[in-house]
Amino acid sequence: MNASSKKLAVTLAAAVLLSLGVFRFWAFSAEEKEGPEKEASAAEEDGGKKTPAPDSKPPGAQPQSVMEDAEATPVAPPPFSPGIFPCSGCHEDLDPNPTVRTLKRKHTNIVLEHDEKNRWCYDCHTQGNMDKLHLASGKPVDFSESYKLCGQCHGPTLRDWKAGEHGKRTGSWSGAKQYLLCVNCHNPHSPKFQPLKPLPPPVRPKDLRP
Amino acid sequence: MAHECHCETIDCQTPAGNEQAPSPDRREWVKGMAAVAAGLMAAGCTDQASVDAFLQKHFRELSKSELQEVLERLEKQYSEQYGKDVEVKATPAKEGVNFGYALDISRCIGCRRCVYACVGENNQSRDPQVHWITVLEMDKEHGVSLEHADAYYDGEQVPREGKFYFPVACQQCSNPPCCKVCPVNATYPDQDGIVVIDYDWCIGCRCCMSACPYGARRFNWSDPSIPSDEMNPDTEYLGNRPRPKGVVEKCTFCLQRTRQGLYPKCVEACPVGARKFGNLLDPKSEIRYILENKRVFILKEELKTMPKFYYYYGL
Repeated sequence: MNASSKKLAVTLAAAVLLSLGVFRFWAFSAEEKEGPEKEASAAEEDGGKKTPAPDSKPPGAQPQSVMEDAEATPVAPPPFSPGIFPCSGCHEDLDPNPTVRTLKRKHTNIVLEHDEKNRWCYDCHTQGNMDKLHLASGKPVDFSESYKLCGQCHGPTLRDWKAGEHGKRTGSWSGAKQYLLCVNCHNPHSPKFQPLKPLPPPVRPKDLRP
Repeated sequence: MAHECHCETIDCQTPAGNEQAPSPDRREWVKGMAAVAAGLMAAGCTDQASVDAFLQKHFRELSKSELQEVLERLEKQYSEQYGKDVEVKATPAKEGVNFGYALDISRCIGCRRCVYACVGENNQSRDPQVHWITVLEMDKEHGVSLEHADAYYDGEQVPREGKFYFPVACQQCSNPPCCKVCPVNATYPDQDGIVVIDYDWCIGCRCCMSACPYGARRFNWSDPSIPSDEMNPDTEYLGNRPRPKGVVEKCTFCLQRTRQGLYPKCVEACPVGARKFGNLLDPKSEIRYILENKRVFILKEELKTMPKFYYYYGL
């Protein structure tokens, strides 16, 4: 080995060490940055869905009716009967009664036709916190994000809804769109779409007055 | 043949060889002008505006300033006619856009909300009635079959037992037979794929109506009647401006809305969300999602009209 090749070897070794060091430092700082974000999204979401960075929500703001996908899509507000929300207005003073029964005093208009043999109020509404819904995991969900609750059973429909195939969208085909929540069209207690009266049929050509 | 010259000299009455008689060229010119004047009178041109309308060029041959004059004239005419400020625009097609439409026939319930939303948005005549959308009721037993279709169904409730619904409007073909047969090129596919009609160039021959395999074109048998308070004043030259008598019209994908980035009116009116619209060239659009993931078909595929209106089964 002559002097010049020795020099080259030393330079190479130094370069490798240096780059390793730089990589370690970069990896470390990246870990440090990612750490809290990962925890936050794990706490906010169950089941591997992407979430926006927690700081994208304005602090102290009402829960945003925004999909968890990359592009934020505004959802229509939930169709509450007037004066019924917040539920805690009445339910705070009531003892929860999980017995399956016919409701006689309040909510008598609700007919449960949605897997009614296996379900009752508290399978979706939260016992002890009636202003929220909850997922099967127990994680509370706001009424404005009720599609997450629906999507637990209706997965393919949720997928198509996010892509814009299922359900109605209004607004701009090229820009901001307004989504409707599942419950804007489907009554959550009886989700089958109700028949409508058709608008009048067209005039037959022979009856057209020229 | 009697001599038509009105000069009173005796000489002039002689049959031939008179120096003072007007030359045949001049005579022809006078006759020609008389014919033009008679033509203008016949076309109802009694003022400058109607003379301008009579002499107006094809939409695609108008220069910028000529187009501006045409739009201003139409705005003035419609504003007077409907008693409110009517705007007539001529928005060009957007670059990089090819519009497509998808309709979920597993969801349509045949409520005809789209039909009447379209009438209101696009200033269709109320009497005689013009509808751009026809909703066909078909038997589930026969499937998609135009032989077993009824456009005149009525009742208290839809959907009816054993039936499904199949709305048909202009299919915005990429290979449109209507445009091939138009003898004056009044109808042609625009850059964004919308088949448009220059209502001022249309001669009302209705060849396009017989060429359209989807029965999507409508003829104005008389002057369209639109109540002033229901008239949509936000109009486009090639789109929803009030049409004159004797021209053909049809769905334009609501170009007065879609060229501004909005959804067509029928998409927004559909209560079941069966109607989908977007840019076929945008891989992220919902229309592309449907084409790539759902069972899609086009009507009368065998005719090679290549519609950009897709029917699909969302369920």
